[in-house]
Amino acid sequence: MADVESPTERKPRKSVAFSEGATIVDPNGNVTESSEMNGGKASAESHTAGDKEVDEVTDMFKDLAKKKKKKSSKPKEGEEEAPAADGEFDPSALKKKKKKVKKVDADDFEAKLAEMAGEKGEGEKETQEEEEVDQGDPIKGTGIWVHTETKPISYNLLLDRFFTLLHSTHPDLASSGTKSYKIPPPQCLREGNKKTIFANIAEIAKRMKRSDEHVTQFLFAELGTSGSVDGSRRLVIKGRFQQKQIENVLRRYIMEYVTCKTCRSPDTDLNKGENRLYFVTCNSCGSRRSVSAIKTGFSAQVGKRRRQQG
Amino acid sequence: MSIENLKTFDPFAEADEDTGETKQSQNYIHIRIQQRNGRKTLTTVQGLPKKFDQKKILKVIKKKFACNGTIVNDTEMGEVIQLQGDQRKDVQEFLVDKKEGLGLDSKDIKVHGF
Repeated sequence: MADVESPTERKPRKSVAFSEGATIVDPNGNVTESSEMNGGKASAESHTAGDKEVDEVTDMFKDLAKKKKKKSSKPKEGEEEAPAADGEFDPSALKKKKKKVKKVDADDFEAKLAEMAGEKGEGEKETQEEEEVDQGDPIKGTGIWVHTETKPISYNLLLDRFFTLLHSTHPDLASSGTKSYKIPPPQCLREGNKKTIFANIAEIAKRMKRSDEHVTQFLFAELGTSGSVDGSRRLVIKGRFQQKQIENVLRRYIMEYVTCKTCRSPDTDLNKGENRLYFVTCNSCGSRRSVSAIKTGFSAQVGKRRRQQG
Repeated sequence: MSIENLKTFDPFAEADEDTGETKQSQNYIHIRIQQRNGRKTLTTVQGLPKKFDQKKILKVIKKKFACNGTIVNDTEMGEVIQLQGDQRKDVQEFLVDKKEGLGLDSKDIKVHGF
């Protein structure tokens, strides 16, 4: 990147190193077209931005890199959403909304990029398209990725491959804090007219590594009701609640009592520390933080009054 | 255009929040909801700062959100504003609003319920 200062001399080399559409030697030995285009006008414009500062160039590459990142992260999001659709609910859904906003941002980016590409001139665009066609599967090693292939692989393609590989082999590294943590969706049944049965609380609590009682306590405090546990360890909650509502409360529980605030890992333990305080200890990063005890707040008198004031 | 990683998660912000929690856990304003019979609900606002006159707040809220309400004197929690219907969002906005509301910090407000 630093060798952009004298654009006239180094154009060809630069285009080898960085430019998107830099097919220097075509498979047919068709050297002239693309390189001339790059050397003549397009790459000079794209990389030095009309003989401007180096910063601008680096900015552009940042943008490019970012775009790629976004692109490669998109299919992953799809993956995340797919299981969410078929039943598993995902406590980070709240965050997802934010992400979507960002995606719009990304579209903006792409639009800008497209504009820029337009400025660069048609030649480079064409070469880019050409490459898009013959890029094979990087993992299987087809197309441009064949071992014996001598064609230079463009930076963007390499970056793409890097991120796809990263996603497939080390998803933790690739997704920065957007890991999804899945627990089975709460099953809600109605008992009679006024009670809700939360059937799989035991399973959910087990998955979160929390005691049933703690979860129950939290649910009752948040929903402002009371209830009991029936014979088969199901929770009977007074009042009508929909699955979605329970889900919301559980999500909040996970945020507050399960996820580690430092590393966002759900792999934590809750135990009583010294002075009757609850501590959450993270198993993956080792951090320890205190959490407030569950407090039931004021609950108003609902229903009939039964000689309480007397 | 900033670097992507920095946007999603700021480790220092979390730590700060944590310390703030332990310092002033008493001063939270809790907004809760309670189910009544049928589709009816109650909203309770607990822990408003003493400097505000609850009666006046209630009066404004009642007018603004078109609901009835009372002030309940609880032995433990002190004065609690009780409103008819699900007013959690409205109340939260009212408490935070600087122009027409109380201009409280949204960090001090905890909305409970589903």
